[in-house]
Amino acid sequence: MTGPLEQAGPEMGQNLEARTQLDVYTWYSPYVHRVAWVLKLKGIDYEFVEENLKDPNKRSPLLLNCNPVYRKIPVLIHHGKPIVESLFIIEYIDDTWKDNPILPTDPYERAMARFWASFIDERLLEGSKRVLSVKGDQLKMETKQVSDAMEVLEGMLEGKKFFGGEKIGFLDIAFGWIAIWLGAIEEAVGVEFFNRRKLPLLETWKDKFKEFHVVKDSLYPTEKLVRFFTKYRHSQLKLAAKK
Amino acid sequence: MSEEVVLLDFWPSPFGMRMRIALAEKGIKYESKEEDLRNKSDLLLQMNPIHQKIPVLIHNGKPVCESLIQVQYIDEVWHHKSPLLPSDPYQRAIARFWADFADKKMSDLGRKIWATKGEEQANAKKEFIESLKLLEGELGDKPYFGGENLGYVDVVFVPFYSWFYAYEMCGDFSIDAECPKLMAWAKRCLEKESVSESLPDQEKVYGFVLQMKKAFGIE
Repeated sequence: MTGPLEQAGPEMGQNLEARTQLDVYTWYSPYVHRVAWVLKLKGIDYEFVEENLKDPNKRSPLLLNCNPVYRKIPVLIHHGKPIVESLFIIEYIDDTWKDNPILPTDPYERAMARFWASFIDERLLEGSKRVLSVKGDQLKMETKQVSDAMEVLEGMLEGKKFFGGEKIGFLDIAFGWIAIWLGAIEEAVGVEFFNRRKLPLLETWKDKFKEFHVVKDSLYPTEKLVRFFTKYRHSQLKLAAKK
Repeated sequence: MSEEVVLLDFWPSPFGMRMRIALAEKGIKYESKEEDLRNKSDLLLQMNPIHQKIPVLIHNGKPVCESLIQVQYIDEVWHHKSPLLPSDPYQRAIARFWADFADKKMSDLGRKIWATKGEEQANAKKEFIESLKLLEGELGDKPYFGGENLGYVDVVFVPFYSWFYAYEMCGDFSIDAECPKLMAWAKRCLEKESVSESLPDQEKVYGFVLQMKKAFGIE
């Protein structure tokens, strides 16, 4: 399946100064997908550059220049200036392109959106990485923690189509790719997160979210993610056994 | 309509200090409730069921949790006085990055400095100084991270200064020797009443750290 995400774009030359933006990217990263979806939702023109993160020596000078502190992706470059950290990038985009706002306008609602996005990163994103790295009793514990967090999200969907209400919002974007991750992790590890009986609202939300136009175009066959996670799990367990 | 603002707090918490500074900068009157973290109040558990941590800001009965989120919240609600975040979107993104950096590094490394020994402590000290130097670089020649006035990064970062003496004693090193510019910045912040009234005495914090070490059986 080809699309803009599969293309490794050229190094930015003159285009940096123009309205075109640059997004540095690795296909499986939830952080990158979040930013890409927001750019698409707002109809902002941008260009991808794929970075090789496996070999730290192969990171482009552009990345090292733009994110010297963490050397991580994604990095958004706008008018030659870099912005890092996916959720900060989204807030920047929302502040700069005011159409189709992603965050709510009310300060209390914004505080809630930021709080729950942070919860999602901590309990679901980091949590799912921990699930991939352990087995036995530890796996049971980590799986339960992720499931508990999903029950909280289920409660938040009461009476709503998306976390953002009628339209997709900040939390839908924050959680979206992680939801797809969790589905693949279920297969790679042999655990269950999505339970149609216990989490009916999340199941419906996931189906609707995957059908949403900006998301649909960015989906990979699940098998690709499952293979990726299986490999990752194998290497993590091997590392743990060495200690 | 009168605003009702309550802060659930704990005196040595750098996260609580951020809110004290921010509320003072904005001139917001509030009720402070000191929590005993070994015996958390029903109010705390009700208002912050997910993390059960302080500080909790309760504005007209509605809770806001997580100090970075709380500071941004009051900056947005009381936006007409002493703005903490810049108005330019790019500068805002930069401020968010450095505040988050300071928050993560100081919390994690600071704890390792007082709670560990040997190689783990040595590594933490090294990374701690490196992080401070990066922050010094970001400060540059400005009086404050926020420019001419206290800003978001200042409010988020300066509370850790009240723990520096404890880190120095536990880690047997001098932060001043390594980062004099940053120490000058901290002293400049303390000249402001909003900061000096919000930060506890460094010796008192050190006493608290010694108590914690004893309680956790750390030498």
